[in-house]
Amino acid sequence: MSRATIACKDDAHPMNLLTVIVLLPLAGFLLNGLLGRRLGRTFVSVVGCGLPVLAFLATFKAVLLLQAAGPDAALLEVAYRWASFGDRGFDVAFYFDRLTAVMTLIITGVGSLIHVYSTGYMKDDPGYARYFAYLNLFLFFMLTLVLGRSLLVCFVGWEGVGLASYLLIGFWFEDPAKAAAGKKAFITNRVGDAGFLLGLFLLYWALGTVNMDEINAAFAAPIAPAVSASLVGVLLFIGATGKSAQIPLHVWLPDAMAGPTPVSALIHAATMVTAGIYLVARLHGIYEHAPAASQVVAVIGVLTAFFAATIALVQTDIKKVLAYSTVSQLGLMFLALGVGAYGVAVFHVYTHAFFKACLFLGAGSVIHALGGEQDIRKMGGLWRKIPVTFFTFAVATAAIAGIPPLAGFFSKDEILWFAFASEHGGSPILWALGSATALMTSFYMFRLLWLTFLTPSRMSHETEHHVHESPLSMTGVLIVLAVLSAIGGFFELPHFLEPLLPIPAVVESLEHFEHTLVFVAVAVALLGLAAATFMYRRGLARGEALAARFPRLHRVLGGKYYIDELFEAVLYRPLHWVSDRVFLGLGDRLLIDGSLHGLAVLTRRASGRLSRVQTGQLQWYVAMAVIGVVGCLVWVWRHG
Amino acid sequence: MGESTWLNGLLWLPALGMVAVTLLPKGRDSLVRGVTFGCMVLQLFIAALLYQRFDGTVAGLQFATDVPWIRDWGVGYRIGLDGLNVLLVSLTAFLGPLVVAGAWSAVHKDVKLFHVMVLFIQFAMLGTFLAQDLFLFYVFWEAMLIPMFLIIGLWGGERRIYATLKFVLYTAFGSILMLAALIYLVLYTHGSSGYMTFDLRHLSGSQLPLNTQLWLLSAFALSFAIKVPMFPLHTWLPDAHVEAPTTGSVILAGVLLKMGTYGFMKLGFPLFPEAARAMMPVIMTLAVISIVYGACLALVQTDIKKIIAYSSISHLGYVMLGLASLDLIGIQGAILQMVSHGLVAGGLFLMVGMIYERTHSRAVADYGGLAKMLPVFSVFFTILTLASIGLPTTSGFAGEFMALLGAFNAAWPAHLAGNDLPLTLAVIAVSGVVLGALYMLWLAQRILFGEARAPHAPLTDLNARETAILVAIVAAIFAIGLFPGEPLAKTELAAREFQQRVAGETIQLGSTR
Repeated sequence: MSRATIACKDDAHPMNLLTVIVLLPLAGFLLNGLLGRRLGRTFVSVVGCGLPVLAFLATFKAVLLLQAAGPDAALLEVAYRWASFGDRGFDVAFYFDRLTAVMTLIITGVGSLIHVYSTGYMKDDPGYARYFAYLNLFLFFMLTLVLGRSLLVCFVGWEGVGLASYLLIGFWFEDPAKAAAGKKAFITNRVGDAGFLLGLFLLYWALGTVNMDEINAAFAAPIAPAVSASLVGVLLFIGATGKSAQIPLHVWLPDAMAGPTPVSALIHAATMVTAGIYLVARLHGIYEHAPAASQVVAVIGVLTAFFAATIALVQTDIKKVLAYSTVSQLGLMFLALGVGAYGVAVFHVYTHAFFKACLFLGAGSVIHALGGEQDIRKMGGLWRKIPVTFFTFAVATAAIAGIPPLAGFFSKDEILWFAFASEHGGSPILWALGSATALMTSFYMFRLLWLTFLTPSRMSHETEHHVHESPLSMTGVLIVLAVLSAIGGFFELPHFLEPLLPIPAVVESLEHFEHTLVFVAVAVALLGLAAATFMYRRGLARGEALAARFPRLHRVLGGKYYIDELFEAVLYRPLHWVSDRVFLGLGDRLLIDGSLHGLAVLTRRASGRLSRVQTGQLQWYVAMAVIGVVGCLVWVWRHG
Repeated sequence: MGESTWLNGLLWLPALGMVAVTLLPKGRDSLVRGVTFGCMVLQLFIAALLYQRFDGTVAGLQFATDVPWIRDWGVGYRIGLDGLNVLLVSLTAFLGPLVVAGAWSAVHKDVKLFHVMVLFIQFAMLGTFLAQDLFLFYVFWEAMLIPMFLIIGLWGGERRIYATLKFVLYTAFGSILMLAALIYLVLYTHGSSGYMTFDLRHLSGSQLPLNTQLWLLSAFALSFAIKVPMFPLHTWLPDAHVEAPTTGSVILAGVLLKMGTYGFMKLGFPLFPEAARAMMPVIMTLAVISIVYGACLALVQTDIKKIIAYSSISHLGYVMLGLASLDLIGIQGAILQMVSHGLVAGGLFLMVGMIYERTHSRAVADYGGLAKMLPVFSVFFTILTLASIGLPTTSGFAGEFMALLGAFNAAWPAHLAGNDLPLTLAVIAVSGVVLGALYMLWLAQRILFGEARAPHAPLTDLNARETAILVAIVAAIFAIGLFPGEPLAKTELAAREFQQRVAGETIQLGSTR
């Protein structure tokens, strides 16, 4: 497929528009990072929120340019050459097509909203300037990630968002557990990044370029590149599993909830964790020609979706429920990618950004109102006290549960349909697991809604007395996101993206199932709602009774299948043991230094000077030196 | 002469400084520091000028001097800048003033002698990089040992005698072998060409039988591998670092270790190309073992200096991997990684020195929550940590990325030809990026985060002098990370020549793709 690529920097548009979009948040980071603490909160807020908003507006301008250029056009802007090797090299270049446009609008749009929300949420935090600096830094790297034309620039953003995430998870670093969570996130991501790098190296060797548009074109060419698309696909997917928290690298995301709640909304729900989906969708050219890799993507995705949903069923921390829900929803997106429905996956990224950001920010509002309480067993009855939060949370809950006609219904329904019927690897098993996930999603989300807002209050009198609705900066954002969660699904995103991301053909014999499956999807959502209502309408009792009937299952779910413990036991501890005992103890101390010391002692004995350590060794040195030189010279002379 | 005057000025300025400092009256410590610092700054200016005027599009030596020294042996005073040394010379000149500034308030014993030694080692290091005559190279190479020996031995920690002995024995052992090999090489060339010379340009043209090459390269390689250091010749380094004063550690990590990798690049591989090709699997294997082994050992250390020392072993493994790939990108990456490691490890050791001056402890367990107590310190420590991890936009990424990319570029064709060793090694080397994050983030987390505690608290944050030092280093780290194309343009031609010389025609075609 050949595409019109127009240079963004020409006479009509002298500005480096795409570069400007990327650099605006960086300017915010530098201003707030260097000057913020001195110039006060107003300055920090204006810079911190203003620059992302400007980036959002600049993105709009880019979208207008793009729309004028045609459906499959792209804007291209080369900032500079990073390094060259002969006639080859790596450019820092930005690329803007419809896929980039959607991602950039989500990042700058939802990003700006969350910045505004943060001015309320973080109002009294002593690290206010640092917080906004980090948040802007995150936007800079996230925009680099999606705007970068080459995998290398993408990787810069890829690692950079990991850094920002690390800094923000550990934002309250005095608490060692929070700092440790940041470290865990970084290192788990690094494991994925190693896969990303391997894929990048392989592509560079095979194609001589890592520009993503050129990679897609190379795989679409009649003569296939001299590299296995499946191998590349799996390697890059390993990178995606790290960033997007898929099995087995999902372990960092729930811990990442240690960060401030708006961070969880922005980074760990709406944007950064979708980077893996973006990567696969962007490189769909590889996956279209890699059925094996696609199958891996679909299976890992659906398994992650299913298992994360089961864990979410029993979580009692409001943010942890949402965290596992995010892992699960990301799994559904990978399911879509795996069956070739790239545009549908991006559709779910888009709707998910609205309702999950709304849910997290709503959770933040609840936590804010309760003075830090996150345990849903100690909540209840909040709807009367914080009605705006409740109402928006309820809309977003219905959206994620897939209640029509809210946004989540449309995207999830399409995912399940293609999982069932796509010619690119669809199967009833994938559909069944996906639908089971949808059922559990509906159930645990309405459980959350009941326990937090609707059941009779289980708060202490003291807490209850202090409950208050959040300021307008927070509730306003909630309302905007709730509206988007409600109506966002009516924008047929897969159709908009179709010129870039093909919609897979469906197996003909299954076509007539489409309407049936829609009914099933609606029924599943309503069943979840009904079950949750039955179980939790009156409070915790029925849920606890059920848990008591299946104690072992409850413990396994509560223990998150003990994956953390498994990693600790089979990876981390052996690594330490080998490093400490084998490498350090046996290798360095015993074998290497031991033989050196032994040599020294022998020499000392031989020279008969047991009393003077240093002298003995120096003499040994001199003697050895002379013998060595002479010996070598003689030997080489005769054998050379 | 003309242009060559500048280069001679750069080389001899520290020697002049030694004389000047020696002649200063006793007891004027500040004056000694000032003169030394001034000398280093002047040298940095000259180096900057030379860097600016160095033309990357011209092959061969620039600003060269070639005058006879010992005529009968064909020894000459031959120095010059080329693509292989231009960045390392710049790095040495860049770190010079920072080293002196870093020791400003740390050294109070024999201040004069100390600064004479710092200038001495600066002189010897520049000489080693600039020498284009094998004899001259050897003289400078050995000369570096003396000031380093004294710096650790006189201003070092408790076990300094043990550490210096280990350091000297290791390096001297290697040097002796190198001496034997280079004498043999010169004599051999004498036998075949009829005249005796230590001129590197002539020596590198000599055709030796493979067997001889192998022996000579082994001798050179042993000497260089000790300096790098590569597994299993590395155990002197952690001890030397721990016992050395900050200045010693910074010079050691910043420049001295690069002597080993530079030696491979300048002498070892190009002088004996066939042998180098034959030995490449061994060298690559040791490089990758060094990457993983160094990282694993860094993981279980409890002394901050030891962590950074072992991390050096790991990071220099990437340099050797890049060089051994004989791929243009890999070689360029290796050169960049040398400079980057000098900046990052040098900076980290400076920072350890800064905190040590305040608390007199290097134990990780003694610290916590420095981010609260010393916010400025913590910002810089975080940046250097990230550069050490190889985060994109820092120099650490540029070097590591290119070295690894080069290793893969060379490994895939080998893999397709049925040789899986390079590919296996390259894949293992990538695991180093995970391990690197593991130990450095562990270190950062333990000392920067958590509950605030440190010996002798409350501590004062960095002063203006310390901040200025770190700003310079961090600026260089980002400049190289963001715009590596600029320095690489100066080295590309030399890297190509190196590749052509060592790889020969066959590999070169495939690997410049």
